[in-house]
Amino acid sequence: MEPLIDFAPYTGWVYPNETVFEWSVLIAVYPYLTGLVAGAFTVSSLYQVFGFAKLKPVAHLALLTSLCCMIFVPTPLLLHLGHPERAFNSTITPHLTSAMAAFGFFASFYVALLVLEGWFAYRPFIVQQAQTRTDLLGRFYRLLTLGSYDLSENAMRHDRKWIFALACIGIPAAHGLHGYVGFMYGSLKSREWWSSDLMPVIFLFSAIISGVSLLAVLYVGTCKMRKIPVDLGCLKGLAYTIWAFIMVALVLEGLEFANIVYKGREGVEMIMHYVTGPLLIPYFILQFAVGAITPFLWLSYMIWRGTTGKALIVGVTVCACLVLFSVFMMRWNVVIGGQEISKTGKGLLSYKMHFGGKEGALVAILLTLAPMGLLYVLTRLFPPWDDHATDAH
Amino acid sequence: MSEKTKPSLDARRAFLGRLGLVATYTGAAIGVGALGAMEAGTAAAKTDPVPAAAPSGSAGGGSFPTPDYDWTKHQYAFGVDATKCIGCLRCVEACKKENDVPLNAHQFRTWVERYVYLEGEQSAHIDSQQDPVNIEASGSEKEYRFANRYKDAKVEKAFFVPKLCNHCTHPACVQVCPTGATYRTEDGVVLIDHSYCIGCRYCVQACPYGARYFNEEKGVSDKCTWCYHRITKGLQPACVEVCPVSARVFGDTRDKQSPVSLFIRNNRVHVLRAESGNAPNVFYVGIDKEVN
Repeated sequence: MEPLIDFAPYTGWVYPNETVFEWSVLIAVYPYLTGLVAGAFTVSSLYQVFGFAKLKPVAHLALLTSLCCMIFVPTPLLLHLGHPERAFNSTITPHLTSAMAAFGFFASFYVALLVLEGWFAYRPFIVQQAQTRTDLLGRFYRLLTLGSYDLSENAMRHDRKWIFALACIGIPAAHGLHGYVGFMYGSLKSREWWSSDLMPVIFLFSAIISGVSLLAVLYVGTCKMRKIPVDLGCLKGLAYTIWAFIMVALVLEGLEFANIVYKGREGVEMIMHYVTGPLLIPYFILQFAVGAITPFLWLSYMIWRGTTGKALIVGVTVCACLVLFSVFMMRWNVVIGGQEISKTGKGLLSYKMHFGGKEGALVAILLTLAPMGLLYVLTRLFPPWDDHATDAH
Repeated sequence: MSEKTKPSLDARRAFLGRLGLVATYTGAAIGVGALGAMEAGTAAAKTDPVPAAAPSGSAGGGSFPTPDYDWTKHQYAFGVDATKCIGCLRCVEACKKENDVPLNAHQFRTWVERYVYLEGEQSAHIDSQQDPVNIEASGSEKEYRFANRYKDAKVEKAFFVPKLCNHCTHPACVQVCPTGATYRTEDGVVLIDHSYCIGCRYCVQACPYGARYFNEEKGVSDKCTWCYHRITKGLQPACVEVCPVSARVFGDTRDKQSPVSLFIRNNRVHVLRAESGNAPNVFYVGIDKEVN
């Protein structure tokens, strides 16, 4: 008999309404992009606020990456909504007990903050372009100057104060935004796999490692494209950051899993059946072994041996790619994995991702890559490696 | 500050000042508008809670809800006597027809679970009308029956459990709804304003009972309303109306002689997943340890 609706195959006992998967791969892409925002902003802040001078070559790139990812964060949500035209209902009449209602405010505030910080960071470049270009782009830059052409030391000091203040505000904002995403899952008591106090913190640390890793890959990639040597000090700085935060992320994830197993609440048998069965490869092999433990050991080895040169560049880049993959798997295992374990605690479902369609794999891939497309355009307009811009701030 | 930089800084300050002023006025205007919309929404919800929750075609034009209905004078509850249920599934079919629920085997406002303990086994075999074996037996996803799949087995214990939305006093679905489209009425029914729901499905995830589903065609979440369009007219929910064995009981707890008041008073009743803190308002008699 041909089914009348697309439903998920299942084993054991699941509630009838559960057989339709409600949160698709796009809901895994959403926290992934948010995490990249928070992680990339962390790199920018490490330079702007904490004075990690080694990270200067990627500070502006980090800011632009964060902005590009943030602009695309709402897109998977909008594509997922049954009524995207009503999306602003949650912002104009927010239901204050809902974690989701805060999204519009968090996201708008954060975009505004990124744009403002970006403006201050790029002001010397914008002014220079506005004064030298006579074409259409010149008009664009003149508009962006907001009437201020002052690049005196005094004005620069003033700008740096603003950048510092905005970066200071941005750290809790970025991390709050992503911690809040974790809270959206962790606060749901309907699913044992999600319901955890550690969830926001786990999301946060995985976000940081994903954003820093993205920066490492982008930095090496752009250096190769621009045919300039990679600043090994900067790359080492990024590698240390990944290494330090991956340790925390691993410990937190381990604790989370240990908690579920040790508490052994109702439904734990099904969870164990799940993690040792269908989730064995995506969770233990891909997310942990390949995506987290391998880069951690590799980075540890490189730090211990003082690896440098090409070996360092290749090593860090591969490790960063693995971490990016691992964090996506983490999002997948939370969002999809959570729904594959039935609320009954007595059955398992199996998510079947379509390739096409509004919520299929193709759209998910395009949405994940879209920020990189925007970043390419923005780096043309606001070169993050421009000496004038980076020298100024 | 040099003479050269000061005017420039002043110009920027003035520009930013003007920008701030415009932003403030715009923000204030949006704020006032949003407050107005919220008040209008709240007022609409208080005076006219039903239309969006009412199924299409059953509103009866302008007579819905009944003008003389006062939701502050009622407090509804539901009782299920699992010892009486025979698993005929008339309730499921009646609900689908009454409430315009999609006719397929994966979306229900109410369903019936079958628990079968076979001799020598520790845990129950559980299925519902949506199980492929049962759909095969009915011959259609639009009709429901339980297949006689245990006829050759030695059954130690077996019973049916009707399920539906628990219309919780502290509903997790209402808590997580980002727009307030789902809300609890004064008379204790959890409804969804289909004209305001954005279709995010957070409520579907939050419900520990699996009582909600997403209506793809309408782009909104949906669930049992205890047939709010009927009960506000003094009628019984469709599932209660058609139950041939009175396994389903509905009524107003403010009326001490109502069927549900008597049901709760005269029985030792259970609620599902009491530990969730949701405080369900569907009360069960005759369920077993494995039912949740």
